[in-house]
Amino acid sequence: MTATSMRVSRSPRGSRGRPATKRRREVRRNITAYGFLCGALICFAFFSWYPMVWEVVLSFQQTNFVDPPIWVGLENFVTVFQDAAFGPAWKNTVMFTVLALIFGYGVPFVIALVLNELRHARAYLRFVVYLPVMLPPAVGVLLFQWFYEPEYGLFNQILGFFRLPALDWLNSTDTALVSLVIVSTWMNLGTGTLIYLAALQTIPGELYEAAELDGAGIFKRIWHVTIPQTKLILLVMLLLQIVATMQVFIEPYLLTGGGPENSTVSVVYLMYQYAFNFGNINGGNALGVMLMIVLMVFSAIYLRVSREDKS
Amino acid sequence: MSNLTVIPESPRQPGGSGAPAPAAARPARARRTPRKIHQEFRTVVSPHQLNSRHGRVIYWIVLVAVVVSFTAAFVFPLYWMVTGAMKTTEDLVQIPPTFLPPQFTLDAYAEAWELMDLSLLLGNTALYAGGAWLFTLAIDVTAAYALSKLRPVLGKLVLALMLATLMIPPMVIMLPAYLTVKDLPLLGWDLLNTPWAIWLPAAANGFNIFLLKRFFDSIPRELLEAAEIDGAGPVRILWSIVIPVSRPILGVVSILTVVAVWRDFVWPLLVLTDSEKMSVSIGIASLSSQMPQNVLIASLVIASLPTIAVFFLFQRHIMAGLTAGSLKG
Repeated sequence: MTATSMRVSRSPRGSRGRPATKRRREVRRNITAYGFLCGALICFAFFSWYPMVWEVVLSFQQTNFVDPPIWVGLENFVTVFQDAAFGPAWKNTVMFTVLALIFGYGVPFVIALVLNELRHARAYLRFVVYLPVMLPPAVGVLLFQWFYEPEYGLFNQILGFFRLPALDWLNSTDTALVSLVIVSTWMNLGTGTLIYLAALQTIPGELYEAAELDGAGIFKRIWHVTIPQTKLILLVMLLLQIVATMQVFIEPYLLTGGGPENSTVSVVYLMYQYAFNFGNINGGNALGVMLMIVLMVFSAIYLRVSREDKS
Repeated sequence: MSNLTVIPESPRQPGGSGAPAPAAARPARARRTPRKIHQEFRTVVSPHQLNSRHGRVIYWIVLVAVVVSFTAAFVFPLYWMVTGAMKTTEDLVQIPPTFLPPQFTLDAYAEAWELMDLSLLLGNTALYAGGAWLFTLAIDVTAAYALSKLRPVLGKLVLALMLATLMIPPMVIMLPAYLTVKDLPLLGWDLLNTPWAIWLPAAANGFNIFLLKRFFDSIPRELLEAAEIDGAGPVRILWSIVIPVSRPILGVVSILTVVAVWRDFVWPLLVLTDSEKMSVSIGIASLSSQMPQNVLIASLVIASLPTIAVFFLFQRHIMAGLTAGSLKG
């Protein structure tokens, strides 16, 4: 394919030139191309490709970066598996993902459906829903830390205003994880909403008219027109969101430190702790490999889905 | 609020059908605008239903409910943040809290600027974001151009390898990436606490390559061939033809890059540990527990101003970038 397109593009001169000059031109084109590519190749090699391979290698080694590394087989995996926080970390990560899906997956779609019907204040609403996404995550998280303050924090004040009992938010094992989900959802809701809104606007209006002529009510139209028409983007967003939320780190890091009683420790947070608090970077890598395998399953499905989209 | 607008301009009026008297009040305009909206897109609710008396009441109730709840959910926390920083520490712990700060003062902002050395932190962050922007443009544009238009041997493989990095979530490889930056393989350089640790990894962005290449692919071949016949080399073609026609996508990539570096937390947390080198997010987070509440909140406001300003200015680019990858990718 490369060869044909080149021949076509070079035809004005190529027809004159002998094979030898053509070949030389080909070589020169390749040299130029790789000259252009070398910056990217170096960056990708150092900061993407090499770390990917090294991640796996390190998880089977014991290293202190002074002596040569020792191969230890599955020992790192056994170490992290026996850690008391290992079970909670996975359980919390899955729980966080499930809760974040309940709030953060369906709700944006409903919001987008409603926004799409409105004919006023559209620009304002779109702007406002995306505003928290633009805040640096550290700002959003620290802001909510203040809102969650048990005595004078905003949330307990609001609960008090409605004569509801105050909650312990981040300090109780019952509510800590949900509190993190609320922050995360608040910060990320806008992305899904705007993507769905864009998808809804591509649905041809005739489909709704046809459904209406067939006597379908509003909910039937949503069920039989809107959802089938946006099925693909819904599926893609589901997978993207699972991959994104399973990497939860900043919320437990800044708000709870994994506590109380490991009720908010996440896999990535535990990974960070292994590397920077427990001085066992290989254990962290073993956790990373486990998470990588899980997430790559979702990534592979995502790839398949978006391929089908094109064909 | 609804009363003001309800009567004259009912939404998407389809021409004559049941359009009530408002035409008398503002004849030409009131009729033409709704009709245009109607033609542009039809949604789940039919225009007929919407314009029935029943439908219109529901429409306005929903609209008001949505506007109020969105303002409460997304604007009020920000209002609370901005005014919270204007309260004194005593005002902040007052129960019930005051809706407006008792006296208008910017002392906490000034204090935050001093205590947390925000000018240094913001300057650092601007340096990281600006450099990352330059490197990303220089490296990713040339790479995407080579892959799209020069099509070298093994180009497809290189592209596949670059796009494959999108499948590996960044958090998962953060530890080996950190070790790489700490002791660069073959060269042995320690990039920790240098801007390079932010700039170079930012350029290794498969999504940018994907966006740029897809746009370059759509540039008509004839345009480049014409230049080639005129004797322009690849560099000249890139600089004088490809880049000028690619302004929209360059805008999207630029804003995505700058905003991503500005908002990033985990990577700078790992590689910028020296308090002199920290980015604004890391700096504030590391000092957060030692600061009085109002000073901390003031610093949060200051830290979020740049990204909010960027959002105000480049809303369209940002939303274009948001939908570009997900809808067609």
